[in-house]
Amino acid sequence: MQFSSLLFVQLPAFLSNLTNPSGPTPIVASSPSIVTSSASTMAAEAPKVAVAPLEKYMLPPLPYKYHELEPYISEQIMKLHHDKHHRAYVDKLNAAMEAHVKALAVSDVKAQIELQQAIKFNGGGHINHALFWPSLCPPGLLASEPNSAPLLIEALTAQFGSFDAFKERFKVLLLALQGSGWGWLVKTQRNVLELRTTKDQDPVTDDVSVILGIDMWEHAYYLQYWNDKASYVDGIWNIINWELLEARYDGTAAPTAL
Amino acid sequence: MPFITRVVRPTARVVSVRGLANSAVRQKHTLPELKYGYAELEPFISGRIMELHYTKHHQTYVNSLNEAEEKYAAAVHANDVQAQINLQPLLKFHGGGHINHTLFWENLAPKSAGGGEPPSGELSKAIEKNWGDLANFKKTFNGYLAGIQGSGWSWLVKNKELGELEIISLPNQDPVVGKYVPIMGIDAWEHAYYLQYENRKAEYFGAVWDVINWKTAVERYSKA
Ligand SMILES: [Fe+2]
Repeated sequence: MQFSSLLFVQLPAFLSNLTNPSGPTPIVASSPSIVTSSASTMAAEAPKVAVAPLEKYMLPPLPYKYHELEPYISEQIMKLHHDKHHRAYVDKLNAAMEAHVKALAVSDVKAQIELQQAIKFNGGGHINHALFWPSLCPPGLLASEPNSAPLLIEALTAQFGSFDAFKERFKVLLLALQGSGWGWLVKTQRNVLELRTTKDQDPVTDDVSVILGIDMWEHAYYLQYWNDKASYVDGIWNIINWELLEARYDGTAAPTAL
Repeated sequence: MPFITRVVRPTARVVSVRGLANSAVRQKHTLPELKYGYAELEPFISGRIMELHYTKHHQTYVNSLNEAEEKYAAAVHANDVQAQINLQPLLKFHGGGHINHTLFWENLAPKSAGGGEPPSGELSKAIEKNWGDLANFKKTFNGYLAGIQGSGWSWLVKNKELGELEIISLPNQDPVVGKYVPIMGIDAWEHAYYLQYENRKAEYFGAVWDVINWKTAVERYSKA
């Protein structure tokens, strides 16, 4: 068996699905960026791939400036969150993937298993934050109005009774998280909208479409809201990019670049 | 709803009245007294962090624990096992939050009150036996703190089965229970350091040792 194909068969499923942009492409809501699969590229090319050619995951640039989500999320939070926290996940994911490739090259199963948690945590951190940034947008933009997502709002209303009832249900779930984690709005294969949470940086990996994820780690709000996470949750509805959420809902959104 | 039907039945009313009497006697949990001022741990932990940590976070654990216990008592009197089981995660989280923070405040002290002074006696010997010296113990402990993925605590514990000291990390507010007795713990939740150290948690883990009250750790070890 060729090494390169072996490599991608054995990667954790949620990571083998990831796509890597060939260059630093900005994430722009629902604009189809060109994405190449590093998996197929590698399989087609060199068998001497052993260590080097694994493409690095990159910190995606924000589609807005750090201060532009104010007053709902402060510039300081955004800067630290994106440039420090997210960057650390990306760096540690790259380190873990590199170590994983080396372990694969020498068929060291024990080392591969040992790396699973680091890949899950840092890979999850990268995926979750990459989904999070474009789902936010400066307040006052047309995209920030729920009207920009007519189909999604209709479905939410049908399913939760009203748009407000949906927000209230989501809020209860978010505030009940015990420790660090994320709250999610997802669409199942049968077109049902579902609310759920994941702990720490666990990403959503089953066969659903993520419409919206909300970061409930304290680093996402503490500098501005302290322990008052309810106000953070209330505020965030003013900076949701409904245009992108609609595109995620109807399936026309470009895949999130990682 | 089975709970309501039960309460209005005459026989059940007796139970519920007794239940009320019990809950009147049952003592509510309260915030423990802090033996130093909020600002006295500066510059290692800022006064603002201490104030929020104690008056907001710990207070919320105390309030939510009292609420959960009240609901639990009602579920017990209603013989509602499902409700009791359903309440367990809340009891564990808020009960753990209360226990952990109570221990934490005790094992901190201002420099002027002996914060950071190395442990003595049996505890000191036991640490040296396991980790060589205190510096290496701290380094190892900080490795545990840094390895927490999400919210949680690291603990110096005594393993009752082996009679040995160990370092363990527990997620969220899980308290130290079972075969372990807590000797000393450090809060690695972001709320414990973020206002001062932001994402630089390694700096917090480095600094907090200057305000560790080893006297309470020595005392706990002597009783463990
Ligand atoms: Fe985050």
